[in-house]
Amino acid sequence: MITKKEIEDMSKLSRLGLSEKEKEKFSKELSAILEFVNKLDEVKIDKIKPTAQVTGLENVSRKDSGRKKTKKETDKLLALVPDSENRHVKVRAIL
Amino acid sequence: MKLDKLTIKQSNQGLKKKDFSSVELTEAVLSRIKKRNQEINAYLTISEESALSQAKRVDNKIKNKEEISILEGIPLAVKDAILVDGIKCTSASKILENYIAPYDATVIKRLRKVGAIFIGKTNLDEFTMGASGENSAFGLTKNPYDLERVPGGSSSGSAAAVADDQAIYALGSDTGGSIRQPSSFCGIVGLKTTYGRVSRYGLIAHASSLDQIGPMTKTVEDARIVFDIIKGKDVKDSTSMDSQNDESQIKIEGLKIGIPKEYFVKGIDPDVEKIVKKAINKYEKMGANIVEVSLPHTEYAVPCYYIIVSAEASANLARYDGIRYGLSEKGENLLEGYLKTKQKGFGDEVTRRIMMGTYVLSAGYYDAYYLKAQKVRTLIKQDFDDVFKKVDVLMGPVSPTPAFKIGEKMDDPVSMYLTDIYTVSVNLAGIPAISIPAGEIGNLPVGLQIMGKQFDDERILQVAKFYEEMSS
Repeated sequence: MITKKEIEDMSKLSRLGLSEKEKEKFSKELSAILEFVNKLDEVKIDKIKPTAQVTGLENVSRKDSGRKKTKKETDKLLALVPDSENRHVKVRAIL
Repeated sequence: MKLDKLTIKQSNQGLKKKDFSSVELTEAVLSRIKKRNQEINAYLTISEESALSQAKRVDNKIKNKEEISILEGIPLAVKDAILVDGIKCTSASKILENYIAPYDATVIKRLRKVGAIFIGKTNLDEFTMGASGENSAFGLTKNPYDLERVPGGSSSGSAAAVADDQAIYALGSDTGGSIRQPSSFCGIVGLKTTYGRVSRYGLIAHASSLDQIGPMTKTVEDARIVFDIIKGKDVKDSTSMDSQNDESQIKIEGLKIGIPKEYFVKGIDPDVEKIVKKAINKYEKMGANIVEVSLPHTEYAVPCYYIIVSAEASANLARYDGIRYGLSEKGENLLEGYLKTKQKGFGDEVTRRIMMGTYVLSAGYYDAYYLKAQKVRTLIKQDFDDVFKKVDVLMGPVSPTPAFKIGEKMDDPVSMYLTDIYTVSVNLAGIPAISIPAGEIGNLPVGLQIMGKQFDDERILQVAKFYEEMSS
């Protein structure tokens, strides 16, 4: 069971704004999903290693060097920025 | 000749023989889209002007007696989660409603290089999250075979477009069945490749350890053609790989086909079972050996999948903060801006997965959910490793039912998740699988799923082609 309080914590962690009605709806739905995934408790996993990369690749590396973007490329990126000034991304004060 | 009905192979032959031009072919597809899109809603963006100018360029090459490649001058549809430079890419989300892709995905770059014509971007479940096409912020897509039913998802628009002759072929993406299930529901061919065989660069990320781009086509031969162009290592996707796979022609005589007994249990529509078994029977008649096998952890695949997919999605979707691109709602302070942007921008299923993912990754729950799911993933992969020591390929259904009614599962997320029961294991194990049309229930198509071991993509394509040859 996921409580409304847990939903509020989760929404804060994930920066998701939720209305009161949504909090109730998601607490119900997520509880059902959680109950469903709890089926994994039946599986014995004591000595099993976890899989994150399924084809077995390890430590793929490249030279630690960047590539300078052309003006055309940066123009395209800047055109997508909701709020900019003098070719800089404008952000609200964090502190 | 109805040009919109052609396959890639037929289009290429016709262009070469000058039976028709690339402009004529492109116009035929465009006019089909114009006639049908209002009803089907397969396309979110139609790039008529650039498609026609690309087509003109190909026609000039043909006129000048230059060689054209197999995909040159042939129009395709691209799932709107794959970036095409200069064209809107929404992922069917309000948060990206006005996002113009600033670069080409690697698959698009490779197709552009061989002269493919990009005719438009297709509808999907928002951020590829869904199994019905109903989760789009821009209206659902209808199944061309029955307008009261869903086309499947999440590559809903790509499947409907190919089935309805609104594209010669399409690209989709598959995280837990998103190419294969809509292909089954719409009676087309859909290939989910081995994890890493196709670059994910430029595919809007859903769950990065599972996502793969793949072809959705009218024939198996076409799927092979597209796969050969888009496959291979890409420096921009560090998980992509070239493979040293066996390309020799295989024979149907003596081919060992495994039938997972867990794929034919309670819950499967008896007519689906009948059609799939009949298809497998055809292989047996041609000399293949059918062996019953077991994938004992099958019943844990869907819960395992939903933990992993939600965890990865919650991390991937954190980037939509309204600062560098996308919807941006103003707030009193930074935090309020984030909260409002995400609340307004994301639909219900996306919100569910972000919340669920945040939950299973949070302190105190990580071991109980995420780590456990990764361990169960190991067991699911081992099931396949064990079985592929005994058989060459596996066959079974793609989905337990044919296309379901619009609205039928929208209020019950868990029942929607269960439609993925035969498809998610493949992504968890990283193996290739293809859906091919095997029959119909009434007028509703049903697909046969053929699965192979990792890097056996070419082999399952060969096995799938046998079926096409037996059926024609």
